[in-house]
Amino acid sequence: MNRFTRTFLFLISGCGLLVFYIWGARNLPGFGNYPGPYGNMINTLTVYERHVTDTITAVNFDYRGFDTLGEEFILFASVMGANLLLRKQEDDQEQDPPVDRERSRMVPSSSDAVRVTGLAMVIPIVSFGIYTVTHGQLTPGGGFQGGVILATVPLIVYLCGDYENFKRITSHVLTEVAEAVGAGGFALTGVASCVFGMKFLQNFLPLGQTGDVFSGGTIPLISALTGLEVAAGFVLLMISFFRQTLVFRKPGEETRRP
Amino acid sequence: MIVMQVAILIFVGIAGTAVVFTRNPLKQVIGLTFFGLVMTLMFFIFQAPDVAFSQVVVGAVLLPLMVLLALIKIKTKEEGQR
Repeated sequence: MNRFTRTFLFLISGCGLLVFYIWGARNLPGFGNYPGPYGNMINTLTVYERHVTDTITAVNFDYRGFDTLGEEFILFASVMGANLLLRKQEDDQEQDPPVDRERSRMVPSSSDAVRVTGLAMVIPIVSFGIYTVTHGQLTPGGGFQGGVILATVPLIVYLCGDYENFKRITSHVLTEVAEAVGAGGFALTGVASCVFGMKFLQNFLPLGQTGDVFSGGTIPLISALTGLEVAAGFVLLMISFFRQTLVFRKPGEETRRP
Repeated sequence: MIVMQVAILIFVGIAGTAVVFTRNPLKQVIGLTFFGLVMTLMFFIFQAPDVAFSQVVVGAVLLPLMVLLALIKIKTKEEGQR
């Protein structure tokens, strides 16, 4: 396809998009106007019905929990798919030691300032991540947000040190188990409410007192399981990406030595 | 407030367009990181701190990292075949 045909096709589809866009945007409600009753209703109801102050988490893990279960398994499946693609293939050789820079280029190692700042950040980030996971029902946050925050910790360690440090604090088997426990636990929580004679994923635990860390019944439980799954999933993704880029080489791929 | 909202929306538009029009993948990743940060600010200004939390990590750290690592892998592969 040459340049002329491409531009021609773009102009046609661009015009079509423009027409539909203007047609669709004309009947939109005004900026900031919320026409439906559902959102306003749920805003006033969550504190009474679920003893939860963050409505978003309540919607995600309770009212609309089945949807989140689907999203969770989308993440699970994509992490698995990426791992399958990045697996060690038959003719892959492991280079020892792993190299994270071009052999011909002299790169200075990270400075003391970077190392000290990075390592000083590790504990605050771990605490903040755990806080975000466990307080999702009270303040903005929740399983997914806290999980991704926790997943940055090994990355900071890699930034401060080298691949060996990263390898020492992460475990391929453990992250796999944690991911499976997180994803499976979410589904099992749903099954558990069926066992108690309720609907799938219906809240079956005692709701507790509003404002308490352990309030909201199954919401903090599902939030914690999601946090585990998300953190483990992203760390697993990092492990396989790092192994593929730094460790595995096809025969003849590392012949360029200085 | 409305001024900030308009400003950040324009900023998101500029940053997104810049990412699309950057042709070199390596430079594009840097642009993508910046775009992730601008998006975080946008979510924050529009009072969605939940989304902003995820966006700051996924959009500004994890996604660029994965693109970068994939680029490195492609580069080592090409050099090995040369």
